[in-house]
Amino acid sequence: MSAEFRMECPVPLPPGANVLLGHGSGGKLTAQLIRELFVPVLGNGELARLGDAAVVDVGGVRIAFTTDAFVVTPKFFPGSDIGALSVNGTVNDLAMMGAKPLFVSAALILEEGLPLEDLGSIVASMADACRRASVKLVTGDTKVVERRSADGLFVITSGIGVVPDGVDVGPELARPGDAVLVSGPVGSHGVAVMSRRAGIEFEAELVSDTAPLTGLVEAMIAAGDVRVLRDATRGGMASVLNELAEASGVSITVVEADVPVLPPVRGACEMLGLDPLYVANEGVCVAIVSGDDAAAVLAAARAHPLGSRAAIVGTVEEGAPVVRLRTSLGATRPLLLLAGDQLPRIC
Amino acid sequence: MCLGVPGKVIEVFEEHGLRMGTVDFGGIRRKACLEYAPEVGLDSYVVIHVGFAISVVDEEEAARQYALLAEMGNLEGIDLPQDPEGVRDEVRR
Amino acid sequence: MRFVDEYRDERIARGLLDEIARTVTRPWTIMEVCGGQTHTLIRQGIDQLLPPEIELVHGPGCPVCVTPLALIDEAIEIARRPGSILCSFGDMLRVPGSEEDLFISRAAGADVRVVYSPLDAVEVARRNPDRTVVFFAVGFETTAPANATAVKQAHDLGIENFALLVAHVLVPPAMTAILVSPGNRVQGFLAPGHVCTVMGWTEYEPIARDFRVPIVVTGFEPLDLLEGIRMVVGQLEEGRAEVENQYVRSVRREGNLEAQAVVAEVFEVCDRAWRGIGVIPNSGLRLREPYREHDAELIFPHEGGLASESEECIAGMVLRGRAKPDQCVAYGELCTPEHPLGAPMVSSEGACAAYFLAGRARAGVPR
Repeated sequence: MSAEFRMECPVPLPPGANVLLGHGSGGKLTAQLIRELFVPVLGNGELARLGDAAVVDVGGVRIAFTTDAFVVTPKFFPGSDIGALSVNGTVNDLAMMGAKPLFVSAALILEEGLPLEDLGSIVASMADACRRASVKLVTGDTKVVERRSADGLFVITSGIGVVPDGVDVGPELARPGDAVLVSGPVGSHGVAVMSRRAGIEFEAELVSDTAPLTGLVEAMIAAGDVRVLRDATRGGMASVLNELAEASGVSITVVEADVPVLPPVRGACEMLGLDPLYVANEGVCVAIVSGDDAAAVLAAARAHPLGSRAAIVGTVEEGAPVVRLRTSLGATRPLLLLAGDQLPRIC
Repeated sequence: MCLGVPGKVIEVFEEHGLRMGTVDFGGIRRKACLEYAPEVGLDSYVVIHVGFAISVVDEEEAARQYALLAEMGNLEGIDLPQDPEGVRDEVRR
Repeated sequence: MRFVDEYRDERIARGLLDEIARTVTRPWTIMEVCGGQTHTLIRQGIDQLLPPEIELVHGPGCPVCVTPLALIDEAIEIARRPGSILCSFGDMLRVPGSEEDLFISRAAGADVRVVYSPLDAVEVARRNPDRTVVFFAVGFETTAPANATAVKQAHDLGIENFALLVAHVLVPPAMTAILVSPGNRVQGFLAPGHVCTVMGWTEYEPIARDFRVPIVVTGFEPLDLLEGIRMVVGQLEEGRAEVENQYVRSVRREGNLEAQAVVAEVFEVCDRAWRGIGVIPNSGLRLREPYREHDAELIFPHEGGLASESEECIAGMVLRGRAKPDQCVAYGELCTPEHPLGAPMVSSEGACAAYFLAGRARAGVPR
């Protein structure tokens, strides 16, 4: 799944004949596009599952296979760049199905006029990310398009991994009584990217959280019955939970006070009137774990450097596929899927 | 309307003829115009709206009012959040 | 965050709710004017936690919602010109004009840029001396000092390519218009805390006196709103009609005099049309000399035809507190945040959007 934060408006006008930016936001419009335009035409069982990666059987081995496009602007943002993002994003999609990521590919679409120095930095960053994630980039492609056709560059990565025997993770596997965990503080990536865009500049300390989650996920799976994993990219934690509630046919309740948010991210969200629950992350995943194993899985996550602020944030219940939020005042309200990206609430 | 957020003034300077400051909002900082808070000094709190300080937070009044509110909640000496430092704030909102 | 977190304390909220329940003896209808207050009330479910005798109606406190259709159309027209850059606050981008909105116009090639502060728009003008940079100056009195400062700075620094498209509105005339309208049921007000931070509360004293309505200047956090409601209910139960200040940490009776001074220097009061309400005399601001040369409406005379609203949108009634969003026939079906018919569904502070995003079903329709 694509993973950048876009500050632009989602979509206000009646559904028309054209693609809108909101279709890429990870919210309702994206879901609608996939459900109404893609799945019916391309559909097969595995695609319709809509997991972060597909898991297919090839000669008795379960191979996880995923692809992801990266179009984030700016290309360089606090803490990282589009190169590292593109590797980590694909690695994480594989890890979210319980797979060990092994190999990735990269297709680069370069805009004429892109400085070679920038390209060099990005590729170096990709190489570094591969090393950290213990994957090899084994094949690729390069295309160049005319000026103004590609916003600098676009990167498309695909990846394959192997799901070990005995590991079964999927969006449809949540059950009433399960606990909902988040592996780290939310909102950091989206706000960090926004901090570099014109008009909303903060002085320091907002850093993207992009990271390969393979090791963290392995530790969690080893510690207990992890049923569902999803990285909380576009649309943030709230959107991901809505997708999972729908896929598993369960209700989810989240306790607002239990969701970790770093103070600078919180400050930025307060200033702009954003809800961190809907802001994109790149190094945070949501896990749905059997209730009995929740404490053990949480401990395992916290013992890992990328999971040191993991927290149990909610529970899964029987009921209609709705996500509810218990607010800090003790009231409960639905946490809906937004149409598109949040706009900074400024006025 | 009027999203206004309180923050602490940690620096004061001039830019393009206007009195400006760096304001810290629980760990994140942004510059803001202090022309309409002429009496504000370092470590004071101001309410910022679209990059402008519209008031200086009256800490005494706030404390007095809060003590009354706390009584309403039957609370004695409750633990108020301090300035941004330390891990405690990091994990809980 | 200091001065924020402590005003969200659940235990104190419960205490305030209990106190309100103990005080109230009969039904009262209270209006909160500010969209930011509506947002908090609905998101936190405060209106559902209050005793049933208290009915909250949401006022026209969302400048995004009340900006006239014609001005949105004009902003779009300006943005579409090759020699212009239109700068705006984020939430204006989604508000529907007659045909489209600023966001769609940007997709079609218009140079539309979101800024956080009006000073950022001046910076854009400084950096693009060959283009005309127009800032869409929307807002209540709270934002007027910032917008005034931007145009004054541009003027003083000789940045001639900076202009304002002014859509400022004032709260007291709107409150009065609501109070004189036939069928008004509002008995008490929560006045907008940040507007009053700038303006003080002296303008509300004659309103309280002449219409015999309690007015409490209120902040934006849950405890502020509960305390403000408690104070209004207290006055109503005691038969008082005064202006009181709940938001003591930010508001003084005379307001912010320096801020008022810059507004008076740059703007003057004028009549203004409010979307969904109509023209309210002396309810807006426009540029005065010598700043008129920065008035986008004079630089770009508007050619557009008659602006038209969707027939089903009852935004006007919602903005006046005469209807609740969930009573609207179009709410949640034809009109949702994805395809809004009217402005209150677009802005996250608009009452309709606030209701929708908090998951309120249409009245009588299970969700």
